[in-house]
This record gives sequence, structure tokens and C-alpha cells, in this order.
Amino acid sequence: MPTFVYMTRCDGCGQCVDICPSDIMHIDKTLRRAYNIEPNMCWECYSCVKACPHHAIDVRGYADFAPLGHSVRVVRDEEKGTIAWRIKFRNGKKDMELLAPITTRPWGEGIPQLSNEAAPSEEMRDSELLFNEPEYVRMDEGGLHTLESNGLTLKEGVYY
Amino acid sequence: MAYKTIIEDDIDILVAGAGLGGTGAAFEARYWGKDKKIVIAEKANIDRSGAVAQGLYAINCYMGTRWGENNPEDHVRYARMDLMGMVREDLAFDMARHVDSAVHQFEEWGLPLMKNPDTGTYLREGRWQIMIHGESYKPIVAEAAKKSADKVFNRICVTHFLMDDSKENRVAGAVGFNVRTGNYHVFKAKAVICGAGGASNIFKPRSVGEGAGRVWYAPWSSGSAYGLMIEAGAKMTQMENRIVLARFKDGYGPVGAYFLHLKTYTQNGVGEEYESKWFPALTKMVGKEYLDTEGQHLSHKPIPTCLRNHAFINEVNAGRGPIHMVTMEAFQDPHLEEIGWHNFLGMTVGQAVLWAATDVDPKYENPELTTSEPYVMGSHATGCGAWCSGPEDVSPDEYFWGYNRMTTVEGLFGAGDAVGGTPHAFSSGSFTEGRLAAKAACKYIDDGKAEGISVSDKQIADLKEKIYKPLETYTVGRNEIVAGSVNPNYINPRQGLDRLQKMMDEYCGGFGVNYMTNEKLLQIGLKKMKIFGEDLEKIAAEDIHELLRAWELKHRFLTSESVFQHTLFRKETRWPGYYYRGDAMKLDDENWHVLTVSQRDRNTGEYTMEKAPLYHLVGDKEE
Repeated sequence: MPTFVYMTRCDGCGQCVDICPSDIMHIDKTLRRAYNIEPNMCWECYSCVKACPHHAIDVRGYADFAPLGHSVRVVRDEEKGTIAWRIKFRNGKKDMELLAPITTRPWGEGIPQLSNEAAPSEEMRDSELLFNEPEYVRMDEGGLHTLESNGLTLKEGVYY
Repeated sequence: MAYKTIIEDDIDILVAGAGLGGTGAAFEARYWGKDKKIVIAEKANIDRSGAVAQGLYAINCYMGTRWGENNPEDHVRYARMDLMGMVREDLAFDMARHVDSAVHQFEEWGLPLMKNPDTGTYLREGRWQIMIHGESYKPIVAEAAKKSADKVFNRICVTHFLMDDSKENRVAGAVGFNVRTGNYHVFKAKAVICGAGGASNIFKPRSVGEGAGRVWYAPWSSGSAYGLMIEAGAKMTQMENRIVLARFKDGYGPVGAYFLHLKTYTQNGVGEEYESKWFPALTKMVGKEYLDTEGQHLSHKPIPTCLRNHAFINEVNAGRGPIHMVTMEAFQDPHLEEIGWHNFLGMTVGQAVLWAATDVDPKYENPELTTSEPYVMGSHATGCGAWCSGPEDVSPDEYFWGYNRMTTVEGLFGAGDAVGGTPHAFSSGSFTEGRLAAKAACKYIDDGKAEGISVSDKQIADLKEKIYKPLETYTVGRNEIVAGSVNPNYINPRQGLDRLQKMMDEYCGGFGVNYMTNEKLLQIGLKKMKIFGEDLEKIAAEDIHELLRAWELKHRFLTSESVFQHTLFRKETRWPGYYYRGDAMKLDDENWHVLTVSQRDRNTGEYTMEKAPLYHLVGDKEE
């Protein structure tokens, strides 16, 4: 379901242009508002719909298989950390509201700045360990799994 | 030409493509390379790019060794069985032993992972899958990558890798253009991690017209991982191993949570279970080692994905379609009904839109399923990609050449779809591979392997000319005609894509021929591909956006050519349900229990094919 943009709501801010993974939301040079320049390269991913500050972007199901008269709208709120959906059926029999969390923390706060972490030792560099390992693999005292620790060998041929 | 040349010099690690693999690479590189210059070049906006741009409702690769759930070798055996034996088990083991640490970090970063209220463990959807509220999965990992990188260049379509002019077969960076300004960007780097994506839209899709973007894998996954690496001369593996997905019809909504968590199941058009009746004949095709229904029933081993497709395809061909997903039982439970809808909203909104548009309420109606067109990628139930070195402590000699996840081009590393032979990595495994590649790339630089790289001005100038040629072709050819898109001197990217998809479908085993091909068809296809390659030299782009599509098409073309070559080389039907070699309908372990490896000559474009040995993990505690 390709996206489209409501003429009266769009102010041409370009948020959708900035976020679209497929590079298909562009600003019309005459009208100075956004539109979908290539509907057959739209994945209906809703990235632009979520990013639009004016809820000016909506989706109309692909013409080759989706009848008219439905609606799936969304409000994504980073501060509240939620996403709210509303799904309306063509026949009006179903009208659902669904809410889901999008994060458990304020944006970016739980992510470490690795340049501030203590530098890894030479021993660690020569090992197979990654940052925070082995602790983060198992969250106990255990080490990284190896062929040896797990009683394994790699053998050529057909083995099942 | 008015476009500026912008050179970013002295880069240590360049991450080309920042999906889950690339973000993992950029994040981890900072830890091992405190003072290194880490730069990301991304085709879209890193906050919403790659296959996970839309979000995910599950992490499909989590061992849970912390809870005593699985060991890495268990996952290797699972992937091996699902892929009919064709897995780089050293790489798969290595990914699996690290993947949990990535997932535990995601939780700390704020990704909402669902918990099992009884045990406090992550809520399992299946043995390997955990359930998440992952609408913001990509923005969250993007934050981590941005914190580690010195610079992020969004909207750069990387078209080629730079090669060292002083040493044969060594990478020296990458070039591309900004899809907004049109400027030419040159990244001179000591090591490159290719995090670009697999390929959608190379086989003709079932959707037509406006719906052509409704593909299973993202339409922006343009096979650039393969196009870039093949062109650089990197060896590739298992490129014949395309994947076909059984999904909800038209919307391609995911079925994993439906099968595993909601316990829905499939039946044919007359309400019968149909899979098992195809198994006896299938066992004759593939052998008891691969499908032993009685044995598998006892051991609870899942049936390989391709074989389930085979049953689906044959049941429909026998006239007993459509295949339905039986949702009417599970959806009577309001909690499960809600999960069913959330599952789509979290990763395939289009399926929810389609059901709303067609008034399909799965509570009162069992929705239709279909088998998709094939896709070429390396992180789902398939393992296309570059032939990469494994880790020192695991890999046998044939699989090891110094640096983990390094391709056969020196200094060029891979992650995610880029790495071959590593199916079932999914999002978390791709991120993990990025981390592994980043550590190895830092070591490669610290070991002095990237000393003395030189890139001539000529190489940079030649590539610039090449990149903008489609604009030039348009300008010159356009004036000959009155108006419209029909021109005797050029084709546009959409016309080229249509031709590619038709060739792939008809000659390389697309849905239009029921996934069937043979040597003769492949030979004809390759002949047509060669001529198509010549026409691609005459592709025209009206503007910078079309130039992006032109280069995506060239990457798709190189990917497709490789798929043709590999499919021709493997003279057996290894994965019935993914594709069939009609002239060799049986699985042939005597000759083909090997990995296929190809190399395209950088200068001549000629392919050479070889077989590489398969090693399997063998242990005392076999399941």
C-alpha cells in the first residue's frame, strides 16, 4: 500500500524525505509539498507516516489487490515510548486500537559510549572475546563456548 | 559535470551499508579501535535503513545459554538440517556462541523484550525465537552505531569498492554518490566492512503494477552486498541457494509467530492436512538422512523449510488449493488475537492493511497463504554470500586465512547478508557478525596489513565517469525523440529491472515456472544475461533518483549472473521447494555434498567455479 500525502496537511517540512528508506518521498517543486514519486518501490513500511509531524501521510492499499475503503493509522511517540495503531475494516465491522511499547528507556540513555570504556588488554585482543564478553554471553562466570569446551570436532564429509 | 568530488581520507574502518550487520560493526569497532577513524556510508537514513527499517516482532536467533536453553552447536545442527547440510559450520558456531551477548545488550539499550511471567526468561516463540516489541529496533541500534562512528554519511549509494593500486587484491575504500546532492564521494579506507543487503526484486514478483514493491524482503535490498563484492573479485559461495517463502498471500505477512506461538496450522482447500502425504516421495528424492518422517517425528526435529514448500507447491499443483492458515481456533482467544495483529504492525504493516481492505478477520475466516518469488540473501533460511574466513580457534585450514569474516579480498570484511554459508543469523546474528568483523578488521590494521595503500587519481576519475554515465546517456539520447520512454539508444532502470525479473523467472526457476530449471534453460538465460549486461552499459538516468535505481539494477544484475552460474554448476536438486534442476531431480550426496564457490574475474568478467569441502560439527552428545 503505497503512501500518499494530503494536500491540506502537508507543509513541505521534508521529514518524510529525510527518513524514507526507499528514497521515494520527494517534494513537488511546484506545490512545495511531499509526494510518493515511485509507488511501486514502496514497502508500506510506514517510516514516513510515523515521521510526519502533521499526520499528513496515509496509505491506500496497493491497487492490484487491495480494495478501497480501509484505514491503518499510527501515532508514534518517542517521549512516551509508545506506538498507537488504529485499524478500520472496509466493511466497518472491525475497528481496533492497539498500543505497544517502542522502548523501555529514554532515547539513547542505555547505550554505552565505547570510547570511554577501559581499553581491552592484549590478552583480550588475542582472544575470541567481544566487548562485554564473556560475561554478557551467559551472565555468569562461564567462559565462551569453544569446540574443546563443548566436546566437538569439525570433520569433513557426510555426518548426521 | 557539475558534481563536486568530496574525498574523505585517512579512514581506518569504512562500514558500507548500515543495517543490522553494519551497525554492529560500527558499534564494536570503537571498542577495539579507540583511536581509529570509523566512518559509515549508508544509502538511506541509518535510523530507518536495511531489512529491519520497519521493525521486527521477534528476534529469531537467541540461544539462551544463560537459562540453560541451548548451546551453540544445537543451533548449528538445526541450521544444517534446515539447509540440507549446506552450512559453513565454523561461522555458524562462532555466530551462535556470541549472539546472546548482543541480545542482552539490546535489552539494556531499551529494546522491549517480552518476558515469560512464570520463569522471568525471555518469552519464547519457538526454540530459537524470542518475542519483542521491535518497532524501534533499528533506531535503537542506529543510536549505538552513531555513538561509535566518527562520521555517518547518509544517502550515499556506494557503487564500487576502491582497490589498492600498489598491491593486487587489496581493498582501499569505496566510492559512491549522494542521492540528494548528486556529489561524488570517495572514501579512502584501510579496511572495509560490507554490511550491504541481499536481493529482493531480482525474480519477477507475484505482485503486478503498483504492488510491485510489496515484496517479502525490502525493495531497497538491491543485492548491493553481492554486486559490490563480486565486482571487486571476491569469491562467493552458495549463490544458488535462493529462498522461497510460504507467507500470507499478497501481503507476505510473517507466519513464524502464527505457527510457533499462536499454534495455527495449515490445511488445503478441502480442509485436509496435506504435508505428510508428500513426504514418502520426497524422502526418495532427498534420502532418509534429510527427511525421515518417522525418525523426525520421534526426535521432534522440524522439517526443513524447503521441503515444506515442496509439499505446498505440489498440493496446489494437484488442484487442492488454496492453502489456508487455520487461525479461527487460536483467534477466539482475545490475547492471541491481539498478538496476531501486533505481529503484523511490528514488522509487516501491509498485511494488516490488506486484511482491513479485504475484510479478512482471521477470527472468522482462515486466510490464504502463498509461496513467494525467490530471494537471494544470506541471513534467513538461506546462506548466499561471500566466501569468508572463519575464526582461528574453530575453522579448518580451508576455511581460515587470517581474519574472521574477511573475504578473499584483503581488507574486505562481511557481515549479515554479505557472509555466505551462514543461514539463520537473522537480525541478532547479523549484528553479531558485524561485531566479529569489526574486531578482526581492527586487528588487520594493527598487524600492519593495510600499510602502503595507494589509490591513483586515475582510478578515482575513471570511477566517477562510470558512475555518472547513465545521466550522460540520457542527455545525449533524449534529444533524438519527441517524448516518452521509448528510445532506440537506451533503456531506463525500470525497463531494465523488468527484463531482469523476466529472465530470472523463466530461466532460473521463478514462481512463473514453478521454480523449475535445467541446464539448457540456464545456458539460454546466461546468453541473454550477457547481452543484457551490454545493454546495461547503455542504461539511462533522467535524474539523480534514477541514477540510484540504475546502480541498484547493476548490483542486482551482478547478483543474478552469479545465481545463474551457481545454479548451473550444482547438478542436483538440493533444496526441493526452493528450486528444481529438472535434469537432476535428486539430491546427490556422492558428488555434491560440498559448498559451491565462484569467482568473477575483475578484468574479464569470466567466472570460475569450484567445490569446497564441507565440514560438520561432530560431538559426543549428538541429539
